[in-house]
Amino acid sequence: MKAPPFAYVKPRSIEQVFDLLLQYGDRARILAGGQSLLAALNLRLSAPELLIDITALPGMADIALHGETVRIGALVTHAELERSAVIARHVPLLASAVPHIAHVAIRNVGTFGGSIALADPAAEYPACAAALGATFTLAGKGGERRVPAREFFKGLYETALQPGEVLIAGEFPVRAAGERTAFLELARRHGDYAMIGVAACARMDSGRFADARLAFFGVGDKPVLAARTGTVVEGRASGPEAIAAAQAALTTELHPAGDLHTSSSAKMHLAKVLTSRALTALAS
Amino acid sequence: MERVIEITLIVNSTPATRRVAPRTHLIDFLREELGLTGAHVGCEHGVCGACTVRVDGKIVRGCLTLAVQANGRRVDTVEGLSDSGELSALQQAFHERNAFQCGFCTPGMLIAAQDLVERKPMATREDIREHLSGNYCRCTGYQAIVDAVEAVLLDRRAGAPR
Repeated sequence: MKAPPFAYVKPRSIEQVFDLLLQYGDRARILAGGQSLLAALNLRLSAPELLIDITALPGMADIALHGETVRIGALVTHAELERSAVIARHVPLLASAVPHIAHVAIRNVGTFGGSIALADPAAEYPACAAALGATFTLAGKGGERRVPAREFFKGLYETALQPGEVLIAGEFPVRAAGERTAFLELARRHGDYAMIGVAACARMDSGRFADARLAFFGVGDKPVLAARTGTVVEGRASGPEAIAAAQAALTTELHPAGDLHTSSSAKMHLAKVLTSRALTALAS
Repeated sequence: MERVIEITLIVNSTPATRRVAPRTHLIDFLREELGLTGAHVGCEHGVCGACTVRVDGKIVRGCLTLAVQANGRRVDTVEGLSDSGELSALQQAFHERNAFQCGFCTPGMLIAAQDLVERKPMATREDIREHLSGNYCRCTGYQAIVDAVEAVLLDRRAGAPR
C-alpha cells in the first residue's frame, strides 16, 4: 500500500526538532533511515501528521573512539558499522551482529539509532547493548541524560525515551583484554526477523569462564539478559558440564513468549541450543 | 507545514525538479512522475527488492525511501545503468542462462547483482546468494541467477570483460 498523507520537515538544528516535538507530541514521528518506519506507514500501521527528518542534524553520524568508550552516533547506518575498523576492533560483537540485519539495500540506509529507539524485540543491537553494558545518550529541551541499555528497553517498542526526547548516540565499552564475543541468530531465511538469537561475551581465564553475559532477543517484549546463566558458568572450565549447568539455569530465568511461527517450548529448546553454541564459541 | 515540497534529483545524470507530496515514495516518483518504469513496485514494504535503485551510488529500496529524502541526491535506475553499459555483462549472462522468466524481479536483481560485482570481485556462490537474499524471484528458483552472476564474476577475474 501507499503511506497515508503527512507533512515533512528536515530541521538543521536539534532545537528545532525539540520545538516540533513539543508542538506535535505523538502526532509527529522522527525519521532517520526510515527502514522500519516507512514500512509501517506503507502498511498503514501508523499515521503521523508530521515526519521530522533528522538526517541533516550535525554531529550524529560518526563512530568515534574516546579512551575506553566507542561512541556511535544515532545516524550511523548499519553498513557503516559493518565496514568500520573501529567497531571491528573494539566492539566486535556489533560487527558480527550487522550481517544478520535484513539485506544490503536496507543496511545501506537503516540507522543504529533507529534500531535502538524503535526497540523491536527481535532486533540485534538492543541485545548487544544489553550484553555489553552500553549507555545511550538522550537529548531533550532540558538537556542531555544518559541511560544504561539495561534500563532503556522497557517493553514492546517501549523505551526510556520521554516525549520530546531524541536518541543522540550509544556508548559501548571497548573490548576488555581477553574478552571474547559470539553473536548467533536463528531465522527462517537469511535477513528475516529472528526466531531467537543471543549476543554473548566472556573472558576466558586459564580456560575458565569469567564475566559471561548472554542477552537473548526474539524471546519476549525486550532483550533479556540471562544473569543467572552467566553467573553459573563463572569459574567453570568450558565443556559439557558448564553447558549443562548454563542450560539448567536458563530454564529458571528465560520464559520465551511464542509467536506466529515458533511456540514458547520450541523457543526454549532453541535458547538452550544457542547457549551451548555460544559458550562453545566463546571458549574456542 | 507545507504539504507539497519542491525537490530536485539527479536521475540518470539528468536533473529533475518536481513538486511532490511528502508521502510519495521514490519508486512511485520515478515511475509516475518521470516515466521510468524499469524498477518495479512489488510488496511496498521492503521485502521483495523489485524496486531496488541506487541513491548516491548505494542500492536502496525505492518503496522505503521517500522522494523528498532523495532531494539533492543522485539516483540511478536500470534505464540509466543499461544505457551506460554498466549492466551489459550481467544482462548478457542473464539472457544466456535463462536467469529470468516473467522478468518482474530482473531490474532489481541486476542492480543488486552489479553492486556485488563491483564491491566484492572475489565473491563466492554463497556470497552471491547472501547478497541477493533481499531480492525475491518467484519463477527461477534462483539457480540460474546465481549461475549468471557467478559467470560474470569469473569472467572478470579471468580478465575477460564481456
